[in-house]
Amino acid sequence: MSHATESKFQNTTGHVWDDDLQEYNNPLPAWWLWTFYATIIFALIYWFMYPSWPVGKGFLTGTNTIEYVNDKGEKKVSHWNTRALLMQDMNEAAAKQKPYFDKVAATPFDKINADPELKGFIVSAGKVLFQDNCAACHQSGGQGKFGFAPNLTDDDWLYGGSYDKIQETITNGRHGIMPAKGGNASLTDAQVTALANYVLSLSGEQMDAAKVQQGDELFHGAGACFGCHGADGKGNQAIGSANLTDKIWLWANVPGAKTADEKVAAVKAVINSGLNKGVMPAWKGRLSDEQIKLLAVYVHELGGGK
Amino acid sequence: MFKHDSIEKNVGLMMVLMMLAISVGGLVEIIPLFFINDTIEKVDGVRPYTPLELRGRDIYVREGCFLCHSQMIRPFRDEQLRYGHYSLAAESQYDHPFQWGSKRTGPDLARVGKKYSNEWQVAHLMDPQSMVPESVMPHYGFLEKTPLDYSDVGDRMAALRLTGVPYSSNQAEYDSNVKQFGEDVAKMLDIRNAQKNLVDQAQNGFGGAPGNYDGDASNITEMDALVAYLQVLGTMVDFKKYDNDQFVKYR
Repeated sequence: MSHATESKFQNTTGHVWDDDLQEYNNPLPAWWLWTFYATIIFALIYWFMYPSWPVGKGFLTGTNTIEYVNDKGEKKVSHWNTRALLMQDMNEAAAKQKPYFDKVAATPFDKINADPELKGFIVSAGKVLFQDNCAACHQSGGQGKFGFAPNLTDDDWLYGGSYDKIQETITNGRHGIMPAKGGNASLTDAQVTALANYVLSLSGEQMDAAKVQQGDELFHGAGACFGCHGADGKGNQAIGSANLTDKIWLWANVPGAKTADEKVAAVKAVINSGLNKGVMPAWKGRLSDEQIKLLAVYVHELGGGK
Repeated sequence: MFKHDSIEKNVGLMMVLMMLAISVGGLVEIIPLFFINDTIEKVDGVRPYTPLELRGRDIYVREGCFLCHSQMIRPFRDEQLRYGHYSLAAESQYDHPFQWGSKRTGPDLARVGKKYSNEWQVAHLMDPQSMVPESVMPHYGFLEKTPLDYSDVGDRMAALRLTGVPYSSNQAEYDSNVKQFGEDVAKMLDIRNAQKNLVDQAQNGFGGAPGNYDGDASNITEMDALVAYLQVLGTMVDFKKYDNDQFVKYR
Protein backbone atom coordinates (compact mmCIF):
# COMPACT_ATOMS: atom_id res chain seq x y z
CA MET A 1 0.00 0.00 0.00
CA SER A 2 1.41 3.32 -0.96
CA HIS A 3 0.29 6.49 0.70
CA ALA A 4 1.09 8.55 -2.26
CA THR A 5 1.10 12.03 -3.32
CA GLU A 6 -1.37 14.77 -3.98
CA SER A 7 -4.71 14.27 -5.71
CA LYS A 8 -5.17 15.18 -9.30
CA PHE A 9 -8.90 15.91 -8.83
CA GLN A 10 -10.79 18.81 -7.26
CA ASN A 11 -12.99 18.36 -4.15
CA THR A 12 -11.32 15.27 -2.78
CA THR A 13 -10.09 14.63 0.75
CA GLY A 14 -6.63 15.06 -0.63
CA HIS A 15 -5.42 11.53 0.03
CA VAL A 16 -4.59 8.98 -2.60
CA TRP A 17 -4.41 5.28 -1.72
CA ASP A 18 -3.08 2.49 -3.89
CA ASP A 19 -1.96 4.78 -6.65
CA ASP A 20 -5.35 6.09 -7.75
CA LEU A 21 -7.96 5.45 -5.05
CA GLN A 22 -9.40 8.77 -3.90
CA GLU A 23 -12.35 10.02 -1.88
CA TYR A 24 -14.62 12.88 -2.94
CA ASN A 25 -15.32 15.51 -0.34
CA ASN A 26 -18.55 17.01 -1.74
CA PRO A 27 -20.80 19.06 0.52
CA LEU A 28 -24.03 17.38 1.74
CA PRO A 29 -27.17 18.21 -0.24
CA ALA A 30 -28.77 21.36 1.14
CA TRP A 31 -32.24 19.79 1.60
CA TRP A 32 -30.72 17.00 3.66
CA LEU A 33 -28.67 19.34 5.80
CA TRP A 34 -31.63 21.60 6.58
CA THR A 35 -33.87 18.61 7.41
CA PHE A 36 -31.18 17.48 9.79
CA TYR A 37 -31.10 20.89 11.51
CA ALA A 38 -34.91 20.89 11.64
CA THR A 39 -34.97 17.56 13.49
CA ILE A 40 -32.56 19.00 16.07
CA ILE A 41 -34.83 21.99 16.57
CA PHE A 42 -37.84 19.65 16.80
CA ALA A 43 -36.06 17.67 19.53
CA LEU A 44 -35.36 20.84 21.53
CA ILE A 45 -39.02 21.87 21.38
CA TYR A 46 -40.07 18.32 22.27
CA TRP A 47 -37.82 18.30 25.34
CA PHE A 48 -39.43 21.52 26.43
CA MET A 49 -43.03 20.32 26.04
CA TYR A 50 -42.95 16.62 26.94
CA PRO A 51 -41.33 14.52 29.70
CA SER A 52 -37.69 14.19 28.73
CA TRP A 53 -34.45 14.41 30.67
CA PRO A 54 -33.85 12.71 34.00
CA VAL A 55 -32.88 15.19 36.70
CA GLY A 56 -31.79 13.82 40.06
CA LYS A 57 -34.55 11.58 41.38
CA GLY A 58 -37.15 12.92 39.00
CA PHE A 59 -37.34 14.13 35.45
CA LEU A 60 -38.31 17.20 33.44
CA THR A 61 -42.07 16.85 33.04
CA GLY A 62 -42.47 19.36 30.21
CA THR A 63 -44.96 22.17 29.82
CA ASN A 64 -47.69 20.13 28.17
CA THR A 65 -50.51 19.17 30.55
CA ILE A 66 -53.58 16.97 30.49
CA GLU A 67 -56.82 17.59 32.36
CA TYR A 68 -59.06 14.75 33.41
CA VAL A 69 -61.66 13.80 36.00
CA ASN A 70 -61.10 10.74 38.20
CA ASP A 71 -63.75 8.36 39.48
CA LYS A 72 -64.26 10.49 42.58
CA GLY A 73 -65.22 13.39 40.35
CA GLU A 74 -62.06 15.35 41.19
CA LYS A 75 -60.61 17.47 38.41
CA LYS A 76 -56.90 16.80 38.03
CA VAL A 77 -54.13 18.25 35.94
CA SER A 78 -51.15 16.09 35.13
CA HIS A 79 -48.02 16.51 33.07
CA TRP A 80 -48.36 14.79 29.72
CA ASN A 81 -48.19 11.00 29.96
CA THR A 82 -50.04 8.09 28.40
CA ARG A 83 -51.87 7.15 31.58
CA ALA A 84 -53.32 10.64 31.97
CA LEU A 85 -54.12 10.60 28.28
CA LEU A 86 -56.05 7.38 28.82
CA MET A 87 -58.01 9.01 31.66
CA GLN A 88 -58.93 11.85 29.33
CA ASP A 89 -59.89 9.42 26.59
CA MET A 90 -62.05 7.39 28.99
CA ASN A 91 -63.66 10.61 30.27
CA GLU A 92 -64.67 11.62 26.77
CA ALA A 93 -66.05 8.19 25.91
CA ALA A 94 -67.86 7.94 29.25
CA ALA A 95 -69.45 11.33 28.68
CA LYS A 96 -70.77 10.17 25.32
CA GLN A 97 -72.08 6.87 26.74
CA LYS A 98 -73.35 8.32 29.99
CA PRO A 99 -76.91 9.11 28.84
CA TYR A 100 -77.27 5.50 27.70
CA PHE A 101 -75.70 3.89 30.76
CA ASP A 102 -77.72 6.12 33.07
CA LYS A 103 -80.81 5.01 31.24
CA VAL A 104 -79.78 1.35 31.50
CA ALA A 105 -79.26 1.73 35.25
CA ALA A 106 -82.51 3.62 35.76
CA THR A 107 -84.81 1.53 33.57
CA PRO A 108 -86.29 -1.57 35.20
CA PHE A 109 -85.96 -4.74 33.14
CA ASP A 110 -89.60 -4.94 32.13
CA LYS A 111 -89.58 -1.38 30.77
CA ILE A 112 -86.58 -1.84 28.48
CA ASN A 113 -88.54 -3.37 25.63
CA ALA A 114 -90.75 -0.27 25.49
CA ASP A 115 -87.77 1.88 24.50
CA PRO A 116 -86.46 0.88 21.05
CA GLU A 117 -83.51 3.25 21.15
CA LEU A 118 -82.31 1.91 24.49
CA LYS A 119 -82.90 -1.62 23.31
CA GLY A 120 -80.79 -0.95 20.24
CA PHE A 121 -77.94 0.31 22.38
CA ILE A 122 -78.18 -2.68 24.70
CA VAL A 123 -78.16 -5.23 21.90
CA SER A 124 -75.16 -3.72 20.12
CA ALA A 125 -73.16 -2.98 23.29
CA GLY A 126 -74.21 -6.34 24.75
CA LYS A 127 -72.95 -8.15 21.68
CA VAL A 128 -69.47 -6.67 22.10
CA LEU A 129 -69.38 -7.55 25.80
CA PHE A 130 -70.68 -11.03 25.07
CA GLN A 131 -67.99 -11.72 22.47
CA ASP A 132 -65.23 -10.51 24.79
CA ASN A 133 -66.35 -12.28 27.91
CA CYS A 134 -68.95 -14.98 27.35
CA ALA A 135 -68.32 -16.41 23.89
CA ALA A 136 -65.27 -18.38 25.03
CA CYS A 137 -67.60 -20.88 26.72
CA HIS A 138 -71.11 -20.18 25.42
CA GLN A 139 -69.79 -19.69 21.86
CA SER A 140 -70.23 -16.63 19.74
CA GLY A 141 -73.92 -17.10 19.03
CA GLY A 142 -74.76 -18.14 22.58
CA GLN A 143 -75.48 -21.65 21.32
CA GLY A 144 -73.43 -23.16 24.11
CA LYS A 145 -71.18 -26.15 23.94
CA PHE A 146 -72.24 -29.70 24.60
CA GLY A 147 -70.51 -31.12 27.66
CA PHE A 148 -69.33 -27.72 28.70
CA ALA A 149 -71.61 -24.70 28.77
CA PRO A 150 -75.38 -24.53 28.33
CA ASN A 151 -77.17 -23.17 25.30
CA LEU A 152 -78.47 -19.66 26.00
CA THR A 153 -80.73 -19.43 22.99
CA ASP A 154 -83.30 -22.02 24.05
CA ASP A 155 -85.87 -21.66 26.81
CA ASP A 156 -84.34 -24.33 29.04
CA TRP A 157 -82.67 -22.74 32.03
CA LEU A 158 -80.69 -24.42 34.80
CA TYR A 159 -80.83 -21.47 37.18
CA GLY A 160 -83.75 -19.55 35.78
CA GLY A 161 -84.22 -17.44 32.69
CA SER A 162 -85.75 -14.30 34.14
CA TYR A 163 -83.83 -11.02 33.87
CA ASP A 164 -83.09 -11.08 37.59
CA LYS A 165 -81.87 -14.67 37.58
CA ILE A 166 -79.63 -14.14 34.57
CA GLN A 167 -78.22 -11.02 36.21
CA GLU A 168 -77.60 -13.00 39.40
CA THR A 169 -75.88 -15.77 37.45
CA ILE A 170 -73.54 -13.37 35.68
CA THR A 171 -72.77 -11.39 38.82
CA ASN A 172 -71.92 -14.24 41.16
CA GLY A 173 -71.09 -17.08 38.81
CA ARG A 174 -72.31 -20.67 39.14
CA HIS A 175 -70.83 -24.00 40.06
CA GLY A 176 -72.85 -27.10 39.28
CA ILE A 177 -72.29 -30.08 41.56
CA MET A 178 -73.86 -33.51 41.47
CA PRO A 179 -72.40 -36.07 43.86
CA ALA A 180 -71.34 -39.38 42.32
CA LYS A 181 -74.33 -41.76 42.40
CA GLY A 182 -76.25 -39.00 44.10
CA GLY A 183 -74.13 -39.46 47.20
CA ASN A 184 -75.18 -43.05 47.68
CA ALA A 185 -72.00 -44.98 46.92
CA SER A 186 -73.65 -48.33 47.72
CA LEU A 187 -75.72 -48.30 44.52
CA THR A 188 -74.81 -51.33 42.43
CA ASP A 189 -74.10 -51.26 38.73
CA ALA A 190 -77.46 -52.90 38.02
CA GLN A 191 -79.22 -50.25 40.07
CA VAL A 192 -77.44 -47.44 38.22
CA THR A 193 -78.44 -49.11 34.94
CA ALA A 194 -82.05 -49.16 36.10
CA LEU A 195 -81.83 -45.49 37.10
CA ALA A 196 -80.41 -44.58 33.70
CA ASN A 197 -83.29 -46.41 32.03
CA TYR A 198 -85.80 -44.51 34.16
CA VAL A 199 -84.12 -41.14 33.52
CA LEU A 200 -84.19 -41.78 29.77
CA SER A 201 -87.84 -42.79 29.93
CA LEU A 202 -88.63 -39.42 31.52
CA SER A 203 -87.86 -37.68 28.25
CA GLY A 204 -89.91 -40.09 26.19
CA GLU A 205 -87.31 -42.73 25.28
CA GLN A 206 -88.74 -46.24 24.90
CA MET A 207 -86.91 -48.26 27.53
CA ASP A 208 -87.16 -51.69 29.14
CA ALA A 209 -90.30 -51.51 31.30
CA ALA A 210 -88.98 -53.65 34.14
CA LYS A 211 -85.81 -51.61 34.48
CA VAL A 212 -87.78 -48.37 34.27
CA GLN A 213 -90.00 -49.62 37.09
CA GLN A 214 -86.97 -50.51 39.22
CA GLY A 215 -85.33 -47.16 38.37
CA ASP A 216 -88.50 -45.30 39.29
CA GLU A 217 -88.40 -46.84 42.75
CA LEU A 218 -84.71 -46.05 43.18
CA PHE A 219 -85.17 -42.48 41.90
CA HIS A 220 -87.78 -41.80 44.54
CA GLY A 221 -86.24 -44.09 47.14
CA ALA A 222 -82.73 -45.29 47.84
CA GLY A 223 -81.13 -43.19 45.11
CA ALA A 224 -82.66 -40.04 46.55
CA CYS A 225 -82.43 -38.42 43.11
CA PHE A 226 -85.74 -36.66 43.74
CA GLY A 227 -84.05 -34.60 46.46
CA CYS A 228 -82.48 -32.38 43.79
CA HIS A 229 -84.22 -33.27 40.56
CA GLY A 230 -87.70 -33.21 42.09
CA ALA A 231 -90.29 -35.98 42.33
CA ASP A 232 -91.35 -35.27 38.77
CA GLY A 233 -87.73 -35.10 37.53
CA LYS A 234 -88.18 -31.55 36.34
CA GLY A 235 -85.23 -30.20 38.27
CA ASN A 236 -84.99 -27.27 40.63
CA GLN A 237 -83.76 -23.92 39.38
CA ALA A 238 -82.96 -22.74 42.90
CA ILE A 239 -80.06 -25.19 43.01
CA GLY A 240 -79.48 -25.59 39.30
CA SER A 241 -80.41 -29.25 39.06
CA ALA A 242 -81.29 -30.24 35.54
CA ASN A 243 -84.73 -30.89 34.16
CA LEU A 244 -84.60 -34.57 33.14
CA THR A 245 -87.94 -34.62 31.36
CA ASP A 246 -87.03 -32.47 28.38
CA LYS A 247 -84.84 -33.79 25.61
CA ILE A 248 -82.09 -31.28 26.33
CA TRP A 249 -78.82 -32.83 27.44
CA LEU A 250 -75.73 -30.93 28.53
CA TRP A 251 -73.51 -33.56 30.13
CA ALA A 252 -74.73 -37.01 29.07
CA ASN A 253 -74.04 -37.56 25.41
CA VAL A 254 -77.50 -38.93 24.64
CA PRO A 255 -77.93 -37.03 21.38
CA GLY A 256 -74.69 -38.55 20.07
CA ALA A 257 -75.68 -42.10 21.04
CA LYS A 258 -77.07 -44.30 18.30
CA THR A 259 -78.43 -47.28 20.22
CA ALA A 260 -80.40 -47.59 23.45
CA ASP A 261 -77.38 -49.23 25.09
CA GLU A 262 -75.19 -46.26 24.22
CA LYS A 263 -77.76 -43.89 25.65
CA VAL A 264 -77.89 -45.86 28.88
CA ALA A 265 -74.09 -45.89 29.02
CA ALA A 266 -73.96 -42.11 28.53
CA VAL A 267 -76.37 -41.45 31.39
CA LYS A 268 -74.69 -44.05 33.58
CA ALA A 269 -71.35 -42.31 33.11
CA VAL A 270 -72.77 -39.11 34.56
CA ILE A 271 -74.53 -40.87 37.45
CA ASN A 272 -71.42 -42.87 38.30
CA SER A 273 -68.93 -40.03 38.31
CA GLY A 274 -71.25 -37.21 39.32
CA LEU A 275 -70.55 -33.69 38.16
CA ASN A 276 -68.19 -31.17 39.60
CA LYS A 277 -67.84 -28.97 36.59
CA GLY A 278 -69.97 -26.43 34.88
CA VAL A 279 -68.10 -23.64 36.64
CA MET A 280 -69.15 -20.21 35.54
CA PRO A 281 -66.84 -17.51 36.92
CA ALA A 282 -68.25 -14.54 38.83
CA TRP A 283 -68.08 -11.39 36.73
CA LYS A 284 -68.73 -8.77 39.39
CA GLY A 285 -65.03 -8.04 39.83
CA ARG A 286 -64.42 -7.67 36.12
CA LEU A 287 -67.52 -5.95 34.78
CA SER A 288 -69.45 -2.95 36.10
CA ASP A 289 -73.03 -3.26 37.34
CA GLU A 290 -74.31 -1.53 34.21
CA GLN A 291 -72.33 -3.86 31.97
CA ILE A 292 -73.75 -6.90 33.77
CA LYS A 293 -77.28 -5.55 33.51
CA LEU A 294 -76.69 -4.92 29.82
CA LEU A 295 -75.44 -8.48 29.34
CA ALA A 296 -78.42 -9.87 31.25
CA VAL A 297 -80.76 -8.17 28.81
CA TYR A 298 -78.66 -9.31 25.84
CA VAL A 299 -78.68 -12.95 27.00
CA HIS A 300 -82.38 -12.76 27.81
CA GLU A 301 -83.06 -11.54 24.28
CA LEU A 302 -81.00 -14.29 22.66
CA GLY A 303 -84.19 -16.20 22.35
CA GLY A 304 -85.11 -18.00 25.52
CA GLY A 305 -85.65 -15.35 28.18
CA LYS A 306 -88.57 -15.83 30.50
CA MET B 1 -5.44 14.59 20.87
CA PHE B 2 -6.94 11.92 18.60
CA LYS B 3 -6.73 12.22 14.91
CA HIS B 4 -9.47 10.60 12.87
CA ASP B 5 -6.74 9.01 10.85
CA SER B 6 -5.30 7.16 13.80
CA ILE B 7 -8.72 5.73 14.77
CA GLU B 8 -9.37 4.47 11.28
CA LYS B 9 -6.05 2.74 11.12
CA ASN B 10 -6.48 1.01 14.50
CA VAL B 11 -9.30 -1.55 14.32
CA GLY B 12 -9.20 -2.40 18.04
CA LEU B 13 -9.48 1.21 19.08
CA MET B 14 -12.23 1.82 16.55
CA MET B 15 -14.27 -1.11 17.91
CA VAL B 16 -14.00 0.13 21.46
CA LEU B 17 -15.00 3.65 20.49
CA MET B 18 -17.89 2.38 18.36
CA MET B 19 -19.20 0.30 21.25
CA LEU B 20 -19.02 3.32 23.55
CA ALA B 21 -20.85 5.51 21.05
CA ILE B 22 -23.61 2.94 20.53
CA SER B 23 -24.09 2.24 24.25
CA VAL B 24 -24.74 5.90 24.98
CA GLY B 25 -28.25 5.61 23.55
CA GLY B 26 -29.11 2.64 25.75
CA LEU B 27 -27.42 3.91 28.87
CA VAL B 28 -29.13 7.29 28.70
CA GLU B 29 -32.49 5.52 28.65
CA ILE B 30 -31.80 2.80 31.20
CA ILE B 31 -29.60 4.23 33.95
CA PRO B 32 -31.94 7.02 35.08
CA LEU B 33 -34.66 4.43 35.78
CA PHE B 34 -32.57 3.13 38.66
CA PHE B 35 -32.54 6.55 40.27
CA ILE B 36 -35.96 8.04 39.56
CA ASN B 37 -38.36 7.50 42.46
CA ASP B 38 -41.72 5.99 41.67
CA THR B 39 -40.81 4.02 38.55
CA ILE B 40 -42.39 1.00 40.23
CA GLU B 41 -45.86 1.72 41.54
CA LYS B 42 -46.56 1.13 45.21
CA VAL B 43 -49.37 -1.43 45.33
CA ASP B 44 -50.45 -4.20 47.70
CA GLY B 45 -50.82 -7.80 46.75
CA VAL B 46 -48.02 -8.47 44.28
CA ARG B 47 -46.13 -11.54 45.42
CA PRO B 48 -43.64 -13.96 43.89
CA TYR B 49 -45.12 -17.07 42.29
CA THR B 50 -45.76 -20.17 44.38
CA PRO B 51 -43.69 -23.25 43.44
CA LEU B 52 -46.52 -24.70 41.32
CA GLU B 53 -47.19 -21.41 39.54
CA LEU B 54 -43.47 -21.01 38.98
CA ARG B 55 -43.23 -24.40 37.26
CA GLY B 56 -46.28 -23.42 35.22
CA ARG B 57 -44.49 -20.26 34.20
CA ASP B 58 -41.45 -22.28 33.17
CA ILE B 59 -43.71 -24.38 30.94
CA TYR B 60 -45.24 -21.20 29.51
CA VAL B 61 -41.75 -20.04 28.59
CA ARG B 62 -40.65 -23.47 27.36
CA GLU B 63 -43.63 -23.78 25.02
CA GLY B 64 -42.99 -20.29 23.69
CA CYS B 65 -46.42 -18.94 24.61
CA PHE B 66 -44.88 -15.46 24.63
CA LEU B 67 -44.36 -15.72 20.88
CA CYS B 68 -48.09 -15.30 20.32
CA HIS B 69 -49.38 -13.92 23.62
CA SER B 70 -48.30 -10.68 25.23
CA GLN B 71 -48.70 -9.94 28.92
CA MET B 72 -48.76 -6.19 28.71
CA ILE B 73 -51.99 -4.23 28.61
CA ARG B 74 -51.13 -0.78 27.34
CA PRO B 75 -52.90 2.35 28.58
CA PHE B 76 -55.24 2.65 25.62
CA ARG B 77 -59.01 2.72 25.80
CA ASP B 78 -59.59 -0.26 23.51
CA GLU B 79 -57.18 -2.42 25.52
CA GLN B 80 -58.66 -1.30 28.82
CA LEU B 81 -62.13 -2.28 27.62
CA ARG B 82 -61.07 -5.64 26.29
CA TYR B 83 -58.43 -6.81 28.73
CA GLY B 84 -58.87 -4.74 31.88
CA HIS B 85 -56.68 -2.30 33.78
CA TYR B 86 -53.37 -1.49 32.12
CA SER B 87 -50.40 -3.48 33.38
CA LEU B 88 -48.25 -1.96 36.10
CA ALA B 89 -44.50 -2.19 36.36
CA ALA B 90 -45.05 -3.48 39.89
CA GLU B 91 -46.97 -6.48 38.58
CA SER B 92 -43.97 -7.92 36.79
CA GLN B 93 -41.39 -7.00 39.39
CA TYR B 94 -40.81 -10.67 40.28
CA ASP B 95 -40.82 -11.89 36.66
CA HIS B 96 -37.38 -12.90 35.44
CA PRO B 97 -37.50 -12.66 32.52
CA PHE B 98 -40.72 -10.71 32.15
CA GLN B 99 -43.29 -12.04 29.68
CA TRP B 100 -44.46 -8.72 28.22
CA GLY B 101 -43.98 -10.03 24.71
CA SER B 102 -44.30 -7.99 21.57
CA LYS B 103 -46.61 -10.08 19.41
CA ARG B 104 -50.31 -10.74 19.65
CA THR B 105 -51.37 -13.54 17.39
CA GLY B 106 -53.56 -14.56 20.31
CA PRO B 107 -55.04 -12.24 22.91
CA ASP B 108 -53.12 -10.55 25.69
CA LEU B 109 -52.95 -12.75 28.79
CA ALA B 110 -51.90 -10.22 31.43
CA ARG B 111 -55.31 -10.47 33.17
CA VAL B 112 -56.56 -13.83 32.01
CA GLY B 113 -56.50 -15.19 35.58
CA LYS B 114 -59.95 -16.22 36.85
CA LYS B 115 -61.58 -15.00 33.63
CA TYR B 116 -62.36 -18.59 32.63
CA SER B 117 -62.79 -21.73 34.72
CA ASN B 118 -59.96 -24.26 35.15
CA GLU B 119 -62.09 -26.63 33.14
CA TRP B 120 -62.20 -24.19 30.23
CA GLN B 121 -58.45 -23.65 30.36
CA VAL B 122 -57.82 -27.40 30.24
CA ALA B 123 -60.33 -28.04 27.44
CA HIS B 124 -58.95 -25.08 25.51
CA LEU B 125 -55.32 -26.15 25.89
CA MET B 126 -56.19 -29.68 24.78
CA ASP B 127 -58.10 -28.51 21.71
CA PRO B 128 -58.38 -24.74 21.30
CA GLN B 129 -60.67 -25.01 18.26
CA SER B 130 -63.26 -26.91 20.30
CA MET B 131 -63.77 -23.74 22.34
CA VAL B 132 -62.92 -21.03 19.84
CA PRO B 133 -63.54 -22.36 16.32
CA GLU B 134 -61.62 -19.58 14.58
CA SER B 135 -58.51 -20.03 16.75
CA VAL B 136 -55.15 -20.92 15.17
CA MET B 137 -53.57 -22.04 18.43
CA PRO B 138 -51.77 -25.40 18.43
CA HIS B 139 -52.92 -28.25 20.68
CA TYR B 140 -51.23 -28.82 24.02
CA GLY B 141 -52.91 -32.06 25.05
CA PHE B 142 -49.58 -33.65 25.86
CA LEU B 143 -49.30 -31.42 28.94
CA GLU B 144 -52.13 -33.44 30.46
CA LYS B 145 -50.19 -36.66 29.92
CA THR B 146 -46.79 -35.38 31.05
CA PRO B 147 -46.14 -35.75 34.78
CA LEU B 148 -44.73 -32.56 36.25
CA ASP B 149 -41.05 -32.84 37.16
CA TYR B 150 -40.80 -30.81 40.31
CA SER B 151 -37.66 -32.38 41.74
CA ASP B 152 -35.66 -29.23 41.02
CA VAL B 153 -38.24 -26.61 41.92
CA GLY B 154 -36.21 -25.57 44.97
CA ASP B 155 -33.16 -24.94 42.77
CA ARG B 156 -35.26 -22.86 40.41
CA MET B 157 -36.47 -20.75 43.33
CA ALA B 158 -32.93 -20.41 44.65
CA ALA B 159 -31.80 -19.16 41.24
CA LEU B 160 -34.55 -16.53 41.20
CA ARG B 161 -33.60 -15.59 44.75
CA LEU B 162 -30.19 -14.56 43.40
CA THR B 163 -31.90 -12.11 41.07
CA GLY B 164 -33.72 -10.49 43.98
CA VAL B 165 -37.00 -12.41 44.17
CA PRO B 166 -37.75 -12.78 47.89
CA TYR B 167 -37.92 -16.57 48.18
CA SER B 168 -36.70 -17.44 51.65
CA SER B 169 -33.94 -19.89 52.42
CA ASN B 170 -33.57 -19.25 56.14
CA GLN B 171 -35.61 -18.24 59.14
CA ALA B 172 -34.73 -14.53 58.97
CA GLU B 173 -35.83 -14.26 55.35
CA TYR B 174 -38.97 -16.25 56.13
CA ASP B 175 -39.83 -13.87 58.97
CA SER B 176 -39.38 -10.87 56.72
CA ASN B 177 -41.67 -12.51 54.14
CA VAL B 178 -44.31 -13.05 56.82
CA LYS B 179 -44.14 -9.32 57.51
CA GLN B 180 -44.33 -8.39 53.83
CA PHE B 181 -46.74 -10.95 52.38
CA GLY B 182 -48.51 -12.52 55.38
CA GLU B 183 -48.02 -16.01 56.74
CA ASP B 184 -49.95 -18.01 54.11
CA VAL B 185 -47.93 -16.60 51.26
CA ALA B 186 -44.63 -16.62 53.16
CA LYS B 187 -44.99 -20.37 53.71
CA MET B 188 -45.31 -20.85 49.95
CA LEU B 189 -42.15 -18.82 49.31
CA ASP B 190 -40.00 -21.00 51.54
CA ILE B 191 -37.42 -22.79 49.38
CA ARG B 192 -36.90 -25.42 52.07
CA ASN B 193 -40.48 -26.68 51.68
CA ALA B 194 -40.80 -26.08 47.95
CA GLN B 195 -41.69 -29.59 46.85
CA LYS B 196 -44.11 -30.18 49.70
CA ASN B 197 -45.83 -26.86 48.98
CA LEU B 198 -46.05 -27.62 45.28
CA VAL B 199 -47.75 -30.94 45.89
CA ASP B 200 -50.03 -29.36 48.47
CA GLN B 201 -51.18 -26.63 46.09
CA ALA B 202 -51.68 -29.07 43.23
CA GLN B 203 -53.94 -31.19 45.43
CA ASN B 204 -55.65 -28.70 47.70
CA GLY B 205 -55.32 -25.33 45.99
CA PHE B 206 -54.08 -22.06 47.39
CA GLY B 207 -55.46 -18.64 48.23
CA GLY B 208 -59.12 -19.57 47.93
CA ALA B 209 -58.73 -21.43 44.64
CA PRO B 210 -59.43 -25.16 44.77
CA GLY B 211 -56.61 -27.50 43.73
CA ASN B 212 -56.60 -30.21 41.10
CA TYR B 213 -56.35 -27.68 38.30
CA ASP B 214 -56.56 -30.18 35.43
CA GLY B 215 -59.56 -32.08 36.78
CA ASP B 216 -57.58 -35.29 37.23
CA ALA B 217 -56.70 -35.72 40.88
CA SER B 218 -54.67 -38.89 40.41
CA ASN B 219 -51.43 -37.17 39.45
CA ILE B 220 -49.67 -33.83 39.10
CA THR B 221 -49.15 -32.97 35.45
CA GLU B 222 -47.67 -30.07 33.56
CA MET B 223 -51.27 -29.08 32.84
CA ASP B 224 -51.87 -28.55 36.58
CA ALA B 225 -48.89 -26.22 36.76
CA LEU B 226 -49.69 -24.23 33.62
CA VAL B 227 -53.34 -23.72 34.57
CA ALA B 228 -52.34 -22.69 38.11
CA TYR B 229 -50.03 -20.09 36.54
CA LEU B 230 -52.63 -18.84 34.04
CA GLN B 231 -55.23 -18.49 36.78
CA VAL B 232 -53.05 -16.17 38.86
CA LEU B 233 -52.09 -13.83 36.00
CA GLY B 234 -53.14 -10.26 36.70
CA THR B 235 -55.17 -11.14 39.78
CA MET B 236 -52.72 -10.10 42.49
CA VAL B 237 -53.59 -6.40 42.60
CA ASP B 238 -57.12 -5.50 43.67
CA PHE B 239 -57.77 -2.38 41.59
CA LYS B 240 -61.03 -1.72 43.41
CA LYS B 241 -58.91 -0.52 46.32
CA TYR B 242 -57.45 2.34 44.31
CA ASP B 243 -58.75 5.44 42.58
CA ASN B 244 -58.81 4.98 38.85
CA ASP B 245 -56.13 7.64 38.47
CA GLN B 246 -53.95 6.30 41.29
CA PHE B 247 -51.19 5.24 38.92
CA VAL B 248 -51.09 8.32 36.72
CA LYS B 249 -48.53 10.00 38.94
CA TYR B 250 -46.00 7.22 38.42
CA ARG B 251 -45.42 8.22 34.81
